[in-house]
Amino acid sequence: MSGRVSLAVGIGILTLLALLPLAGSRYAIDLATQVLIYCLFALSLNVLIGYAGNVSFGHAAYFAIGGYACAILLTTYNWTLALALPAAVVLSGVMAAVIGYFCVRLTQIYFAMLTLAFAMLVWGVAFKWREVTGGDDGLTGIKVPTLLGNATSYYYFTLVMVASGVALLWLICHSAFGLMLVAVRENAVRAGFVGVETRRLRWVAFIVAGTFAGLAGALFGMYHRGMYIENAFWTESAQVLIMVLLGGMYSFFGPLIGATVLYLLQVATNQFTQYWPTVLGLILLVILMFLPDGLAGLAARFRRAGGRN
Amino acid sequence: MLKVAGVTKTFEGFVAIRDVHFSLEANSRHAIIGPNGAGKTTFFNLLTGHLTPDSGSVEFEGQSIAGRPPHRIVRLGIARSFQRINIYPRLSVFENVQVALIARERRHFSLFRLGRPLYREETQELLELVSLADEAAGNAGELAYGKQKQLELAIALAARPRLLLLDEPTAGMSPQETAEAMRLIDQITQARGLTLLFTEHDMGVVFGIANRITVLHHGEIIATGAPDEVRNNAEVRRVYLGTDGHGAA
Repeated sequence: MSGRVSLAVGIGILTLLALLPLAGSRYAIDLATQVLIYCLFALSLNVLIGYAGNVSFGHAAYFAIGGYACAILLTTYNWTLALALPAAVVLSGVMAAVIGYFCVRLTQIYFAMLTLAFAMLVWGVAFKWREVTGGDDGLTGIKVPTLLGNATSYYYFTLVMVASGVALLWLICHSAFGLMLVAVRENAVRAGFVGVETRRLRWVAFIVAGTFAGLAGALFGMYHRGMYIENAFWTESAQVLIMVLLGGMYSFFGPLIGATVLYLLQVATNQFTQYWPTVLGLILLVILMFLPDGLAGLAARFRRAGGRN
Repeated sequence: MLKVAGVTKTFEGFVAIRDVHFSLEANSRHAIIGPNGAGKTTFFNLLTGHLTPDSGSVEFEGQSIAGRPPHRIVRLGIARSFQRINIYPRLSVFENVQVALIARERRHFSLFRLGRPLYREETQELLELVSLADEAAGNAGELAYGKQKQLELAIALAARPRLLLLDEPTAGMSPQETAEAMRLIDQITQARGLTLLFTEHDMGVVFGIANRITVLHHGEIIATGAPDEVRNNAEVRRVYLGTDGHGAA
């Protein structure tokens, strides 16, 4: 897609999203808020997977850190949102820097397993540190500013935050840094021999991914007025990974499509059956067998076929 | 320019490079030859940071570089190409060179500025230099083998090196491609005043371009000198030049 076309599509979608509350359906607003949050979460993970070529299996950790941090600062310490949200996002980035420092020393399956190990530690802390996190009861009754108290205003707040996050991530992925990240993914040895500190580059990607996951987590916690240890569990990491795969990791916008489709499918499926994990397994099967580049790859294939006729 | 003293490298007991002393004059075109397995590539890897010597020293313009990581060594002015193709196959030909320029200018940690508009002119010039301007938009992985070799050269040149190391620059090329590639390398090193250190199996190429030759055999240097001296060296003839098909020169 050329830059101008994607910009037009982006503005179109943003306009539709901005007009959504006029439809008057509370259900649609709730759904859209959650979809937006997952979109940002999946997009942040794809900086690591699609661009740096490092599959993280513990991305829920940073989502949870951002969510818990924002919730605790708002509720336990009565910070204003204008301070609590940035602080939570920065903390997610700092934790990603600390954890990533060790993870980027490894590659491939070892990298994936180490991210998983750290994510389980984060889950363990959320579980055990009961007086701060609420343990397995979760952290409930999060104080959200009254201004954002109703569904529509929170939806608009989320839309602005997610759209800004997507715009920033777009810039980062298309910067000199983003281009170099792809080069390192393609051939780290060669990149080293043109003068790139490949490990440090992957580390920065890890921090970027963790930071934006933290923002998504903070938005999630405030929306649900609660954070639960399940949000840090490895199944959450797996779900966002599937979102990325479904959408297509080699496309910037792919993960947005993946997150939207997967979340809506989950909601729809849950209305008919409790076998969502089975459905999820089937979806994964179809992606791996028939859609290696996800839905974005499928769309590109159709466009190419159309162009030929 | 480059001084190697007493360098040894072993792999699990196998001595790949044994007590090598070597010195490279600025502005020379120095070839390293020797039978397969003589240790030529290992030697290159020791010079460029891919491997760390077990013992001995490597100095570039008075600075010790043994054991430094590749990205540091590149910054000092040493660039290399590889024996086996080593490019970014799924990036465009253009981007392959462009990222090398971004790295040279240390812009690879610039997160909030678009990458595509950077260094387009210089990228284009480098591609023209190696006759790849027409293929710029295509995927690098889809280039013909000989052209991928040329792309390697452009990537190495993008670092604006003073010392260029080419590992088998004509490996796998047809005789015609080989002649063209060597003419190009000759021309570029002269025009840019580069010092050239290269390994090569084609003796025609070696004697055509090198003004100094070092012969490696079982990880040891058995001769070094001007082409004529090396050609007439009895031991070199015995172990390498005279005994097999390579002795055409």
